[in-house]
Formats: sequence, structure tokens, C-alpha cells
Amino acid sequence: MSGGSTVRRWSDMLALAVVLGLLAFAIFGPIANLFLWAFAEKWYFPNKFPQELGLSFWSRVFSPRGGALASLGTSIWIAVLTVVLSLVVAIPAGYALARLKLRWRGLILLAFLLPQAVPNLPVYVNIARVFYEIGLNGTVFGVVLVHASHGLVLAVWIASAAFAAVDASLEEAARNMGASPWTCFRTVTLPLAGPGLIASAIFVFLESVDEFTGTYFVGVPDVTTLPLLMFNASMGGNYQIASITALLLLVPSIAFMLVVERFLKANVLAGVGR
Amino acid sequence: MTVAATPARWRAYALVLPALLVIAAFFVFPLVLSAILAFRGKDGGFTFEHFVKAWDLYRTDLIFTVGIVALSTLLIGVFAIAIAGYLTLGERPRAVAILRWLYRWPLFIPFIVTGQVMRTFLAKNGMLNHALIGVGMIEPLQAQSLLDWRGIVISFVWKQVPFVTLLVAGAMAALETQHVEAARNLGARRLRVLWDIVLPQVRGTVLVGLVLSFVTMLSVLSVPMMINPNSPTMITVDIAYRISTLSDYNVANALCLMSLVVAAGAAWLYLRHAAAAQASGA
Repeated sequence: MSGGSTVRRWSDMLALAVVLGLLAFAIFGPIANLFLWAFAEKWYFPNKFPQELGLSFWSRVFSPRGGALASLGTSIWIAVLTVVLSLVVAIPAGYALARLKLRWRGLILLAFLLPQAVPNLPVYVNIARVFYEIGLNGTVFGVVLVHASHGLVLAVWIASAAFAAVDASLEEAARNMGASPWTCFRTVTLPLAGPGLIASAIFVFLESVDEFTGTYFVGVPDVTTLPLLMFNASMGGNYQIASITALLLLVPSIAFMLVVERFLKANVLAGVGR
Repeated sequence: MTVAATPARWRAYALVLPALLVIAAFFVFPLVLSAILAFRGKDGGFTFEHFVKAWDLYRTDLIFTVGIVALSTLLIGVFAIAIAGYLTLGERPRAVAILRWLYRWPLFIPFIVTGQVMRTFLAKNGMLNHALIGVGMIEPLQAQSLLDWRGIVISFVWKQVPFVTLLVAGAMAALETQHVEAARNLGARRLRVLWDIVLPQVRGTVLVGLVLSFVTMLSVLSVPMMINPNSPTMITVDIAYRISTLSDYNVANALCLMSLVVAAGAAWLYLRHAAAAQASGA
């Protein structure tokens, strides 16, 4: 019966290849379609591929009137400020949650879960109304506050896990040799938790760069980030410009997906939420 | 409590306080405001009229929203378990490696980019239709746009499956392998091993991933706006319309509270499971 089992093995392999092929199409097909639109000069139904390929829309997007460079600048500036603000409050909080005695630790951790576990639209809508009254709507600072209130949650969880993964006996050794708590934190704990903290910084940065809904309500009318530029182009029916902007947004997302495990070690990942 | 211990204890709270204040000011406070505005009448008194109006106007969209998000969650669960299951139990190392490389590409792609990507891919002239025509599954005249509820579901599933798979595959990898090996040695089929032995042990992780996905999808604005902005659509689009076009914060917040109730329902299902798991000692 070895002939029969060989046939079965081949048919198994074939089925597996077909399933993986379909999955590859489902994942890369949409992205490939985006690429085609980004380089299409002309593409009308029912042509399978663009009638003309070219870069004229790229020069339009990157011309001063296209606004892509200005939006990119705004997006990055907001993201950097968001990372700074988030980490400044998240690192002490993460350290306290990992190392110090807190009576309502569970409750505090739960409070930091809230922004991930509650629909965000009600928050954005109403914070925009408050910001409008106190003159923060349409300002970079207003957008940073909204992004940071969301980003710092991730930062606290990852920072807490990163600090918990640091070997406490190393800190004790430093303290026994006469280091002050601050020196010990600065020279022992912080460097050892470094990779996890960098990961949390990247997470916060990426979330801020990609954020749409909050910016849509709070940034209006003066703050145009890359996602807003993309949205406006897409709703205006300009698929080329929307696709080019979407490609710009894809670059950091995919780059981070490829390197995430280098920063987020398994022992830190396993400690998130503990 | 000794005198020396007191400042140290306060130090811990002082370190947590700034972060808590940011959450309180820019997250909890707006939520409270939402609840107040949803119930406040023109004269400043308590009223249900905004809910009545919201229900009259957007009943269909509310049902549509719950349906779309529930269906997406179900599909995400099926795909995530299937992929994570093969990653854990697959017998061909090369296929497992390919799958591991393949599945996570959309992981960090934002919803707004997913919306744009799917807007082109699922359109009548999109690559999906051309591929289906190319392999002879449909005639060119049968090509139809999927930019309706189906487009929203496909976008949600495409974007969220990698996230849930990552969580579930991680939990499966951490399991003791003895049970799995034992069942396999007894000749159990892989599907049985997945269903009877692996899945019950990672049920909590699956549920966390699905509840987080459910809540996230519930408040996504960009995808329904870009894929299917016309009625029936998701209530996020209606909320944005009430505010941007009509400046009607009362009805908008009544809709917001309705979506919070739906999210709370999902969270309650999870908590009930967690309590049951704890009670049974699992």
C-alpha cells in the first residue's frame, strides 16, 4: 500500500500549499493593490492593471501644496512629544507597580487597562468639546494629550513588565555596596529594563503616528496629521494620493512588525499584566 | 506601621499618581461627561428623550453594528484558533515556518490604512474580482463590489486576526506538551487534540483577545466611513455625523452610551468566564 500512502502524502502537501497560497493572497493581495494604485497614472474599469504607470502623483503629494511633508512633520512631532510625555509618567508608575508595595495594586492596574477596554469614540468626542471651550482644540498640545492618555497605558504595562523582569538581586547588590536608591535605579535597573522601555516607546510612537479618530475630533481644523491627510484624499475620491499616503504609513508599521521580537523578549511579554 | 515605612509607602503612590491623573483627566472625565450629556434635557433636567430619539433614528444602525462586530469577532476567533493551532500542532516544519512568517503582516497596520487598502481591493475593479475572474470562478459580468457590510467585516477580520493569533499562539506554546504528546501517541487526530486538549487550556487567552477586539472594532470610525458610509452603517458614523454636522452632543452621547453598554456586555461575558474558571480552580 506504499503507493497509496505516497498519493495521500502528495495530496496532503497539495492541499497545504493551496491553503497557504490562498492565505498569502488574502494578506498580500490588498497590499499589492495599494501599490498598484500608488503608481497608477490612469486606471479605469474594466482594466486589470493600470493603463499607465508613473510617478506624477508622487511629485504632487510631495510638492509643498500636496501637504504630505508638512503632515509627516506634524505626525512625527506629535508622536515624539507623546512618547516623551507618556514615558515620563509611565516609567515611575511602571516601576512602582513592579517593585514597590501598593495596597490597591490590582485596582490601579485595572485603571490602566481602562482605555484599552472601553470604546474610545465617546472619550474623543467629549474631550474635543472640553478642549474647544478652553482653546486646546486644533493645537498640537491638545492632540498630544489625547494620544498620551492612550499611549501611556501601553507604556505602563510594558514598563511594569520590563522592571519586573530585572533580577532583584542585582539591585540588592548595588544597594549593599552603598548605592543610593536613585543611583541604583539609574545605573542598574534602568539599563537592564532598557530594551523593554524602548519597545514601549516604539509602541507609543507607532500608536500616535497611526491614530485617526482622536485627531479627527481634537485636531480640527488646524492639525493635519498623515492619517487625516490620507482620509481626506480618500473621501475626496483621490485614490492615488490616498494610496501613496497609506504606503508612507505602512512603512513604520511593517518595519516594527518585523523587529518587534528583538525588543520585546519573551520573559517581558509573559509578564505583561502580572 | 512604623514611622520609617510611611514615607516609602507614600513614595510608591506618588510615583503612580501622575499617570493616574492623566487617565482621570483625559479619559474618565470625558466618559462621565458623556453620561451627563446623554441624560440632560434642554432645561438642564433629567430626560430620556435623547435615547428615544437615538433609538428612533438609528435603531437599524445599532443592530447592524452589533451584527457586524459579533460576526467579525466570531470569524476572528475561528481563524486565530486555526492558525495558532497549526503553528502549535503542525507536523511539517517548513509549512509552520511559512505560516509563522505570513500571518502577522497586518499586525500593526492601522485601521485607517486597512480601510484604504480594502477600499481598492474589494471594489468592483479591485484585485479580488480580477483574481476570481482570472481563475474562472466568476464571469466578468458577475463582478460585484464588496464595499458594504461584507467589506467592513473583511477589513476587521484582516486587521485583527494577527493580534488574536499572536496572543493565542503564545499561550499554546507555553502549554505542557505531555498531554498533547500522550493524546497523539494514543492516535488522536490533530483536530481532536486541538479541540479537546489544547483549546480548553487557552480559553481565557482566546476570550481576552476576542473581547479586546470586539471593543476596539465597536469604536472604529475610519473603516465604516471609508467602506460603507451610507445607511445602514455603524453607529460610529452616526455619532460623527451628529457632532460634525449638527453639533448635537446629546443624541451623539446617547449613542455613545449605547455602545458602552454593548461593550460592557462583552466585558461581562468575559468576567463571568474568568470567575467560573477561578471557581473551578483552572
